[in-house]
Amino acid sequence: MAKEIPAKLVEDVARELMGRAAIDIPADYREGVVRARDRERNRIARFVLDEMLRNWEIATAERRPMCADTGLPRYYVRAGNEAVVEGGFVAVERALRRATAEATAAIPLRPNRVHPLTRADHNNNVGVHAPEVTWAFEPDADWLDVTTVHKGGLFGSDYRMLFPADGVGGLKRFVVDTLIEHGKRGLACQPAIVGIGIGGSKDTCMRLGKEAACLRVVGSRNPDPDVARLEDELTALGNYIGIGAMGFSGTSMVVATHVEIAYSHTGGMPVGIHQFCLSSRRATARIHADGRVEFRSDPGWFTDYYRREGVE
Amino acid sequence: MTLDDVRMDEVTLTTPVSDEAIARLKLGDVVYLDGILYTAREGVYRKVVDEGRGLPPSVRALTNVNFHCSPAASVRPDGGYRVEAVTATASFRFGKSMTRWFERSGAKVIVGKAGLTELAYREWFVPHGAVYLTTVGYGLGATYGTAIKRVVEVHWLKELGIAQALWVLEVERLGPFLVEGDREGRSLFALANREINRRIGEVYAGLPQFALGRFGETTARTDEVV
Repeated sequence: MAKEIPAKLVEDVARELMGRAAIDIPADYREGVVRARDRERNRIARFVLDEMLRNWEIATAERRPMCADTGLPRYYVRAGNEAVVEGGFVAVERALRRATAEATAAIPLRPNRVHPLTRADHNNNVGVHAPEVTWAFEPDADWLDVTTVHKGGLFGSDYRMLFPADGVGGLKRFVVDTLIEHGKRGLACQPAIVGIGIGGSKDTCMRLGKEAACLRVVGSRNPDPDVARLEDELTALGNYIGIGAMGFSGTSMVVATHVEIAYSHTGGMPVGIHQFCLSSRRATARIHADGRVEFRSDPGWFTDYYRREGVE
Repeated sequence: MTLDDVRMDEVTLTTPVSDEAIARLKLGDVVYLDGILYTAREGVYRKVVDEGRGLPPSVRALTNVNFHCSPAASVRPDGGYRVEAVTATASFRFGKSMTRWFERSGAKVIVGKAGLTELAYREWFVPHGAVYLTTVGYGLGATYGTAIKRVVEVHWLKELGIAQALWVLEVERLGPFLVEGDREGRSLFALANREINRRIGEVYAGLPQFALGRFGETTARTDEVV
């Protein structure tokens, strides 16, 4: 039997991840924005991106949150099939809620989570279904991967049921619609990592699109060559629209496009789009069975097993 | 006027901001603020505009700058406050409240995210001599956070929570902001949108209509969407 991972260790790691995500911009996204800035010819859009790069330096140097809008802090947890946690997986969920509340006060983060109708605020980013914890599993492993994502919560996303007759052309039309709707005036806080989920149930395509935006690093490509080609085409199309940072005319709309697919109803092609913004906040750690902790910037969420297609 | 005419001159405003200083602001000027401002968003607008409570007199006496935002803040065990970052929230949703807001708050400068339309400026801002500054980015939370020197007062903290409370902040060189809505009701984003819209037809060329439409694509609710 594998050694138990202490629940307290999960909580300590999660609290550390909350701080790293809130303060340190991931290097892959930063480099993508530097490239977008270097391509950008519009001087106001360039001014905006230069200020963003400076903001990230200040955040890291002074250990301040890069953005005061905490977004919706949440967790993605992948458990190795042989992983054992002291107190079980319920203990993990409790540790993540405690870490969220403690980090909110300690960093501090803005408490964003309120009751949707009464607007009551616990001032700790914890409440009903908050933070969300999404679980996945991995064969032949005894570790626990914990990722926190703080994604802006208001603009840049959309869902639409498309049909086989719409095809890739219809998909592109929907992507352009979404980028223009939320790109003007910079509502989407672009340039963004655009995540697109195609297929599955309606909720599946929304989930996959969000995971594609938030849990894949800039520079990664979908292993399916057809999907990877679509990613390149959509990035080029997004930057061809003529909208730059903050909605000034320009070319800095999209840093990367990540597409994930799921098998869908034979009559439909549901699509979910998400944009991970100029404060693309994520941080990951692997907690090994022997108690070692490795922090890393790549969530490594889309494993071969996660994208499995066959029966076994 | 086009985006090419925007000079991005740097301007420092001291609060309370005078009518003369407001009149001198040009679209796209890069603005830094010295003095005192306060946060007010949905919760405070509800109290002041909908419930008619009025802005606390001490706040109105201190400044005429309203920041549509809430801080990343916490209350220390000793009762003091930590404010490490501030980031604006989108201002369009306060549009319909702005006339009564200006009447009751005395605000002349609104700082926020993404501005409002030129129509909104002409109808709601210009009659009150008010202008709009947009934050930059968006998400200069740390940059703006370094400019906060002191929390002067906090109102309605218990009722509204940290994110929605009215925070009065003393700031030094808070910025950069861009002049988005000027004294005549012109909008910087409107200039940008005119340039973007010139290419819209070209961008959509070759992209097929959807098999199934939806409300919004047709504005008549009696239309079928297929």
